[in-house]
Formats: sequence, structure tokens, C-alpha cells
Amino acid sequence: MTEHIALVVNGQQRELDVEPRRLLVQVLREDLDLTGTHVGCDTSQCGACTVHVDGLAVKSCTMLAVQADGSAVRTIEGMATDGELHPIQAAFWEKHGLQCGFCTPGMIMAAADLLQRTTEPSDEEIRHAIEGNFCRCTGYHNIVEAIREAAAVTRAAAAAPVGEKAGGAR
Amino acid sequence: MTTEVLGAAIKRREDPKFITGAGNYLDDIKLPGMTHAAILRSPYAHANIRSVDVSAARAMPGVVAVITGADIPYNPLPMAWPAGGSSGLQNNVNMPRVLATDSVKWTGEGVAAVIAETEEQAYDALEAILVDYEPLPTVVDAEEATKPGAPQLHENAPNNIVFDWTVGDKSGTEKAFADAEVVVKQRLVNQRLIPNPMEGRGDIGLYNPGTDEYTVWMSSQTPHIQRLLLTAFVTGIPEHKVRVIAPDVGGAFGTKIFCYADMALVMFASKLIGGRPVKWVEGRRENYQSTTHGRDHITYLEVAGKRDGEVTGLRVKTYANLGGRLSTIGPGVPTTLYGRVLSGCYKIPNVFCEVIGVYTNTVFVDAYRGAGRPEATYVVERAMDLFAAEVGLDRAAIRRKNFIPPEAFPYDNPSGLLTAVNGSKLYIDSGNYEPALNKALTAVNYYEIDKAKKEARKRGKLLGVGLSTYLEVCGVAPSKWIGAVGEGWGAAMWESANIRVHLTGKVVVTVGTSPQGQGHETTYSQIIAHELGVPMDDIVIQHSDTQGTPFGYGSYGSRTSNVGSTAAIKAAGKIKEKARRFAAHMLEASVDDIEIDGPNYRVKGSPDKVKTIQEIAFALDLAFDPPEGMEPYLDETAYWDTPNCTFPFGTHIAIVEIDEETGGVELVRYVAVDDVGNEINPLIVGGQIHGGIAQGVGQALWEGAVYNDDGQLVSGSMMDYALPRAAWLPSFELDKTVTPSPVNPLGVKGVGEAGTIGSTAATANAVIDALSPLGIRHLDMPYTAQKVWHAIQTAKGGQA
Repeated sequence: MTEHIALVVNGQQRELDVEPRRLLVQVLREDLDLTGTHVGCDTSQCGACTVHVDGLAVKSCTMLAVQADGSAVRTIEGMATDGELHPIQAAFWEKHGLQCGFCTPGMIMAAADLLQRTTEPSDEEIRHAIEGNFCRCTGYHNIVEAIREAAAVTRAAAAAPVGEKAGGAR
Repeated sequence: MTTEVLGAAIKRREDPKFITGAGNYLDDIKLPGMTHAAILRSPYAHANIRSVDVSAARAMPGVVAVITGADIPYNPLPMAWPAGGSSGLQNNVNMPRVLATDSVKWTGEGVAAVIAETEEQAYDALEAILVDYEPLPTVVDAEEATKPGAPQLHENAPNNIVFDWTVGDKSGTEKAFADAEVVVKQRLVNQRLIPNPMEGRGDIGLYNPGTDEYTVWMSSQTPHIQRLLLTAFVTGIPEHKVRVIAPDVGGAFGTKIFCYADMALVMFASKLIGGRPVKWVEGRRENYQSTTHGRDHITYLEVAGKRDGEVTGLRVKTYANLGGRLSTIGPGVPTTLYGRVLSGCYKIPNVFCEVIGVYTNTVFVDAYRGAGRPEATYVVERAMDLFAAEVGLDRAAIRRKNFIPPEAFPYDNPSGLLTAVNGSKLYIDSGNYEPALNKALTAVNYYEIDKAKKEARKRGKLLGVGLSTYLEVCGVAPSKWIGAVGEGWGAAMWESANIRVHLTGKVVVTVGTSPQGQGHETTYSQIIAHELGVPMDDIVIQHSDTQGTPFGYGSYGSRTSNVGSTAAIKAAGKIKEKARRFAAHMLEASVDDIEIDGPNYRVKGSPDKVKTIQEIAFALDLAFDPPEGMEPYLDETAYWDTPNCTFPFGTHIAIVEIDEETGGVELVRYVAVDDVGNEINPLIVGGQIHGGIAQGVGQALWEGAVYNDDGQLVSGSMMDYALPRAAWLPSFELDKTVTPSPVNPLGVKGVGEAGTIGSTAATANAVIDALSPLGIRHLDMPYTAQKVWHAIQTAKGGQA
């Protein structure tokens, strides 16, 4: 038995028939070949599978694919636009915010969710925002640095169109 | 002039694929016709298997094959490092089979496997397999397992003892204790840990019936070793018929060094089903039950010394839990990698260590980040604090007093800790311990810490500061040392590299090491760009595929930057030498007159007569006009066997605050001053130290694998095992001193494990320091709020 679902994934309309027991992460990885979203546990603890569903960070192992019917899903593969890295991607690279890379896509998606809510996060807010994402390589130090950097870049970009006013990026 | 890349904080070339989701980890690989394997694991920690009935499972939808241990003709997995060394050697080796046949020794040992069209179908069919178990009594504690009357796991291992290994100077140590003014004793538990790389393990086996060859993809640190072990020792398939590939590896921390049953299973299964690929990927709970754990020591520590703070003797007896059967190098970790470094950076004249390796009904224990050295550091750094408390001296002062002085290097351990059975010696190559200590003390304002303690007390907090002046050993090891008769190690430990400069001037470097997140493609490129004078962007680093790379022992033990890189430098040296000879031919000059300046090969005194390495490669690779006797192509291979290990060191200081009401421990500051010698890439060095610190702090404060008395893994999932989260940790404060190693041309030492080695002891010492006003002199890790609260209540009750 399958259900027919329709999703917008990284801006593209996708329709598929899925077993109701299948998780969103399984459909993304196995049916849509979006293997950038990873599975690191079986208890919704690690956050490696974090994606955006209708703009909010969601662990895609906690959601059935049929629950995402009609939603817009964004994965790590949809973060760069026209070959240009998202500021968080660029900052993770710049600040050595990754080592083995396995947690990185989920980390970036969780961080992007934070920066949608605030572009002036404190370190405490940054650490809280990624508390649902495990990283075993970095000790989180450079991930925090990267998100701080991405926030500064985002603030500067937001300030730029207003004009040349000083203090755009504090 | 090209910009110097060696030693520069260059962004990693690996990262673009990882930050865009284009990495290629094992579970991302899809092959046509792929089937999926699931493994039925024992629910009992100790049982005889009376029968296995797979008939119902075979009839389940989508099932392609069901396999039991009886179906597989292969040998048990190999033991590559039975404990060598001194007296009492027993080596009662019992290794896992691909699937268990007659008994199971831990919850999670594989008993049967299903191969099905989908993963779900494979797991559904596992439930239809009927296994008739005869449960047996269990023991999970290493010390308990050696006592009379304990359940016995193996007929060939009376009292569950794998080995009884000793190192050091027994009689000298006895005399030191007899003469001592002060003796301090303490039982220490170094709890069992679950390493937890974010990507678990997995394999894909593909048999080609047309060529009778196998390809095996595995998430591994050691593809060449696995090909050797799986063919020569397990399956009997000729080595040249197997190709092993490690794709992107999502962290490993030691767990992916070893030879596992599933690797052989996917090979067997693919052939059995006619050559369709078979993929097995472990789930996290499966990883907890069936991939190696780390640590798990019970240690009786005795320290002898004088009232003035001089430590004169160290006597250690350790029970090392090795699990129900042995992992690939399980016995080597608590022996050579532990007992031989027990005196740390101190000139303790008399040391004796006995280690009893023990079977218990738990999953096997093997190398986990640091592997033996964190356990040794924990012992010696707790020893210094306990001794300082006993004689009433400052903990920094007592360390300073006992440091090996800088003029004593290369240092020959007086108790023979680093002397192999055949007399072959290792030396502590270099060191200068006080500058790192001083920097760290200054950073935390150590001598004013009492003010901070008083201020914290006003807030209801107990503040503690903890030091660890650790010593690490990297680049294990010279083959002639580790291969010494009686040392037990079953392999050499050199490394390899090949460099080819192609006709277009582009450089292909293949190496025998195999990364898991360390950024080797970046660091090797920096080194080769420096050596050959070519742009980094013109260099590619290839690794982790037995087809196309020279045999190498892989990456673990912080050996790539020192052993692997030196092999690459040696290969580059051969390239330069051949290029120089060909340049002389091209420029019609004598070889001795050719000077090398980056990419330029120039005739001395004639600056215009010059050829670049790219021009040389073009001409020599075409070989239209080679000199007499010269082979075409710039293509050179080198092997490097290190003459000695390297010995990074440093001082780590943790500051914790304990809530007196709740027992909750907070790490408020962490300062690490490390000396890893010269740095190839400071960005990567910093990242390695950060991650190491987090893992070591994790052990001190939160992590612990817990088996109940029945051998059930109570901490069986990520919901139960407390991995450090971002909000639990502060940012770390790093500094360094630089004492280049004389052992290799780069003067590097290795950095992969230093953070872990230093941080557990520093954090533990901080917690005990915080609790010391209550009269608490020791508490075993992890320092959970519950444990600390109980300790505080007990101490206060005792005072009342």
C-alpha cells in the first residue's frame, strides 16, 4: 500500500508514491537521491538528518514522508544558489567548522533556522540552537565560530542595500 | 615567488563537497541490483546456541538468502596484537567468528543474517528466525571476572584471564616503596566509553563471478590492512582478488581500525547470491552493541615519594576489560600503549605495572581516541594530585619538581618502560615541559585562584581548578621495535607514498594512510606544494583504495602527519633528484651544478639557464630525448619507517563550578597549551585539539557505557549515553609552545589524540579540587550531578 504525495523539494515540484511507514529522511535519501541529509542515530537525538520543512528546521527522521505532503522541503543540496554558497556554508568552510563532515549538513540547516530568527545571536543562543545536533569531531568550538561569522555576514548583507551607513555590520 | 603554504592556516580542500551535501559516505553508495543485509544479534550476554531455525525467515517477502554461522567456512577473525612483553604471558586468544556457531559471549554478537531486496524486508525477516539459546551466568566487571567462582567464558582462559602482562622494574619499585617517606594508594575506575563517530560502520560486498574478484567498500581507517586480514586470515581468498575502498568516512576515533565480522559477511553473501552487491549499514543501537568500546580499566595505584614532593615510585595494577571475545588489537592497547607510558612526563625512577586482560560478557574493547595513553595519563595525573594533597604541596609545584628536565632528552626511561623484550629501545625524543605549564598557569591566573574560589562560594558554587601535564606518544612505531620478538605486534608500521608528475605538470600523490575527517588531502597538498614548488591546486591526493595506492597501514595513533608525511617527503625527494638529473641533461650542465629553487632547476651562476619542474616533467614523460640509462617519467615511491616515536606534551587546565545544592558540574573554562611540534596547518591543528578536548571532557563529566549484571547494555542508545552537546561546553582557549621533534624532517609530532589525552585528567582533577574542601580526595568518573550530589551529602554527613 502506498500513498501519493506531492512536495516542493529545493524549489522543484516532486510527486511520488510512498509507503506510509517511510520516514521523510528515507524518501529524501533513497527515493530522491538527496544523500546529503544523513542518518546518525535511531532515536532522533543526533540531528544529522535536519532539513527545513516550510521554513522550519525539522529532524527528518521524526516525520513520516506522508506528513510532509504539500510542504516545501529544503535540504543541504538546496542551500547554495546559482553556485554561490549560503553564508553559513561559507562560514563553516572559512572557520574550519567541520572535520568528517557527517553532521555538517544537519548543523548547517539548524544554524540557518537560527539565523532566520535572529542575526544577532549570542554564543549561548548559538549553542542552544544546535543542541539537538551532535558533532563528535569539532567539540563545537569552530561551529560556534562559524555561525557567529555567518550572522555577521548576514547582518552586513542586510545593512548594505540601505546605503553606505556606517555600522552596518557591528 | 610562490606563497609559503607549509604551516599556513589554509582552508580545507575537502570541505566544498561536505558543506554542499556532496560527500560520499558508505550509505550514500547505490549499486545496481543492490541487496541489503541485516544481522540477528544475541539478546543474551552469555548463552550456548542449541539450534538456529531459519526456514520461516527464508519464506519471508523479499528475502534473497538467510545465513547462519554454520554456513560460513571462514576462519575466526584474526588477532593482530596479542599482548607481548614480560612475564606471565598467557594470550588465551578467542576471536569472533563471522557469525556465532555454538555460543554467544555478549548481547549483540551476530548469530544469523538476512539478505533481502530492501533493508525493511531484511529486518522484518530477522524476526522470523528462531534461535534456541541456553542462557548461562554472566559477568561484566573485569575484576569480578577473575575471582574464584565467577562465570567462565572460555575453556582456554581460566579465571577469564586473557593475559597477565608486566612492564618496568619490579625489584627497584619494591625498594622505592620500602624506602618511601610517603605512600599514597587509590583505586581508580576508568569507565567504559562508546566512541560514537557520527557515521556508524557499514560495508558493501560485490563479487564478480566473471573475474572471481571482490570489491568491498567499508567505512574504515585501514583499507589495506583489512584486505590483508580478510584474505590471508579470514576467508582464504587470495589477496590480489580483493579490492577494498574506504569512501568518505564520517569519523572513526579508532573504531574503524579493526577487522569486523560484517566485512567478511558481505563478501560471503555476495558470492552466495551470485554476485549481487550486499550492503550492510549498522544502526546506532547496533553500533553500541557490536562495534568496539574504549577504556574500561580498574586500577590499583600506589605512589611512593618524599615529603619534599619528589615522586620515587609508581606501582600500578590494572584489570583491563577486553570483552567477550577479542577485537583486532584489543590486548595491545592496555599493555604497550598504556603501561609503557605510565610515568608520563615525569622522571619517576621506579615504575612497575601489571595488567591483567580479562574476558567479560560485554562487547570487545579496543583502541578509542588516545588508546591506552588517556588511561595512563589519567593514572599518573591523578597520582600527582593525590600525592600533592598528601604531602601538602601545590599541584603545579609538584609537577614542576618531577618533570624530566629539558637537557635530559632523548630520555631513556630508567625502569625500561620503553625497552622491548629484545632490548630494543625507544626514547622520549624531545621535550621542554615548563614553558607550557607556565603559559597555562598564567592564562588562568592560577596563583590567584583562591579569590575566585571564595567568590564562587558566595554564589553557592564550589570552584575547582585541575591540571594535566600530559605526555602523548605518536607515530607508533619503528617496525623493528614493535616487531621485536615477544612484543606481539603482528605487523610493521612504516608508511608509503607515491608521487607522479604528469606530462601536464599536474601532480598525483597516492598515500597509504586513510583519513576520517583530519583533512589529509589539504595537509599532504601543503607539504608536496612546498617540497616540489608547484601550486597546491595542481596537486591531487589519492587514498583509501587498495587499487592504485601503495600498501599502507592507515591512519590512527596520530601517525599520518609524522610517519605518512615523511614518506611523502621522501618520495618528493626522489622526484627532485631525478628532475635534477634530467635538468642537467636538458641544460647541458653537470648534475652537481643544478640548484633547486622551488619549481626552478637552475645552473649555478647562470640564472638564465633554468627549467621548471613542469618543463622537466613534460620532456621526461615524453622521453623523446632521455639521457643514457634514465627511465621515462617522474614517478617515485617511498617508504618511511620512523626511527622513533614522537612525544607531544602540554598543560591542560580545566576550571569547573559545582552547584553545592544539586551536584551539577559546569565546565566554565578550559585552557590548553599544547606542544605538537611544528604545525603543517594551524587551522587543522586547532580543530583536532578542540575535538579531542570535548571527548576527554565528555568522559570526565558525562559519558559511560553501562552494562547491568545480566550483560544488558543499559546505555544502549543515544538517549541513554550522554554525548556532549554544544550547550554543555564552553569555547576552548588554546595556546602552544613549539619544540620540534628531531625524529622527522618536518619536526612534527602528531595532534589527533593530544586533546583527549590531556583533558580527561584535567577535568577530573578540577572536580576533585572543587570537592576537596569537603574532605573528598577521590571520586570515580563520570561526575554526574547524581554522583556528585551523593558525594557531597556523604561528606557533609560524615562531618556532622
